Amino acid sequence: MTEMAQTSHDTMPVKRRSRLSKALGNKKLVRGFTAICVFLLFWEIGARWEGWFGYALPWIGLIPPPSAVAAAATEVVTKVGYWLSWVDSFKRVMVGFLVAQLLGIPFGLALAVNKYFRGIFFPPFEILRPIPPLAWVPASLIFWPTNEMSIAFVTFLGAFFTVVINVLGGARAIDVRYLRAAQSMGASQWHLFSKIILPGTLPSIFTGAAVGMGITWEVVLAAEMISGGGTQAGGGLGFFIWNSFMGGSLEQVVVGMISIGIAGYLCSSAVRMLGDHFMPWRRLF
Amino acid sequence: MATAKKKPAAKKRPAPETAKTAKAGIRSDQSRLELKNVSKGYGDEWDFEQVLGNLSLELEPGKLTVVVGPSGCGKSTLVNLIAGFEKPDTGEIVLDGSKVTGPGKDRMVVFQETALMPWQTTYQNIVFGPKLRGDLTGQALHDEAVRLIEKVGLAEFRDKYPLQLSGGMQRRAELARALINDPRIMIMDEPFRGLDAMSRELMQEFFLKIFEENRRTQVFVTSEIEEAIFLADRLVILSNKPAEVRKIIDIDLPRPRDFTMMSSPEAYRYKREAMEILHEEAMKSFVDQAGASGFMEAYSKANA
Repeated sequence: MTEMAQTSHDTMPVKRRSRLSKALGNKKLVRGFTAICVFLLFWEIGARWEGWFGYALPWIGLIPPPSAVAAAATEVVTKVGYWLSWVDSFKRVMVGFLVAQLLGIPFGLALAVNKYFRGIFFPPFEILRPIPPLAWVPASLIFWPTNEMSIAFVTFLGAFFTVVINVLGGARAIDVRYLRAAQSMGASQWHLFSKIILPGTLPSIFTGAAVGMGITWEVVLAAEMISGGGTQAGGGLGFFIWNSFMGGSLEQVVVGMISIGIAGYLCSSAVRMLGDHFMPWRRLF
Repeated sequence: MATAKKKPAAKKRPAPETAKTAKAGIRSDQSRLELKNVSKGYGDEWDFEQVLGNLSLELEPGKLTVVVGPSGCGKSTLVNLIAGFEKPDTGEIVLDGSKVTGPGKDRMVVFQETALMPWQTTYQNIVFGPKLRGDLTGQALHDEAVRLIEKVGLAEFRDKYPLQLSGGMQRRAELARALINDPRIMIMDEPFRGLDAMSRELMQEFFLKIFEENRRTQVFVTSEIEEAIFLADRLVILSNKPAEVRKIIDIDLPRPRDFTMMSSPEAYRYKREAMEILHEEAMKSFVDQAGASGFMEAYSKANA
């Protein structure tokens, strides 16, 4: 019987191994590492093709090889401006992202639970939603006194609509039987909201956060390129890439791109960890 | 199957009476629920569908009333009305002399599939109701929760989430979640639907054991005739839409029951009688595909 199977599984002794030996034994990890190495090798060969064989391969022949990028990176990481760009971009992403959560989650929940609120605010919301965040850049430069605020505003818009749509969808999709069961047990309106709708919407809140985080990074970089980096010392990673491109250093452009990849990964991991922390029931499998 | 452990020390509730003493008379804690000329329909005037038409039914105190009918005939609507999730268009529902106006802890529903909150552990799910209302708190609540968890055989799974439980365990947890509220009426809405045949049989036996212990008034909705006869004191057969009570059969099999009784000539007679009526009802509106397929579903399962 399934019950039996589960019991024996629960009481199975856990083998204790060090993290390293676990990682080496983990086929998935080894496979992923090998894939990255092979990818870098192809890139290196492709980029150096012209030097060895006299003609360039399309696309890949035009970009610097990873060894040159690594060389550029070792130089770049010693510069304060590069790290300040990290800080700038992070700050902007965080401001836009957090404001989007702070406004978007309550707004989405209000849309979900109150039909009058939904009737009034959903139509204008739906008209504004399809406008790409970057289309807001000129208007936002006019709205806000500083470049910095304009960038933050556009970043906020990038995440806001996604957050609201996810929260609204998640809250509306809650199984009515949970609400009914709670009502039978004497739940008040506030209980229904705090004990059923809120936890029931959490998965969608975190989905919205994960997608919104990706969008804020996209938007922040584009906004930095367009606005010329704002007034901050570093200018942001987007500005760093644009500046490197203008300066003719393709190696640095690639360093900037990889930096963004790492930054985005760190942020997504943080959102995932928070999600696991707040939704223990989702971390079972 | 984990067996229910009896704890001699637990004396919070009136002591469970044996089936014999309960049969002798109606206890004061056994409630009566009446549906008086209840009708209910859905839709607007252009597209109105009458689901229940002038349905009168009594849930007798201390009896297990099983409601069967072709699927789509309005069984779920009946559950929603008794539970108070919806209001009848006409007629009234009366529990022990007072009119039902909305959901309340005196009528607990065990839902189809499972309606345990996925974000709460077994224990949290079970203490949910009393904790909200604050009518059972602290150590008393904890003790009662633990007693019920042991009773339904989930002691080891106290701190597991519903997704970690098997189908049968989920149903038992839900049974405990309903029982802790000490309802006057238990409403079972096809609670064992979706379980495999083996778990289903075990759950039926387990459910009967709990019922026979203290004979709380129950209504049990199902589309399986075999299950209905095995469980019921009174078998209520609904007609096709708009549903009315077509026939009530008193099932006079001895209690406590076990599955061997199902092969007795008596049980067979009940089954034939019920099948004939259901067949008639399904044939009445054979063009109505939902009704017909519902009948076929029930028919094939009963003969499996």
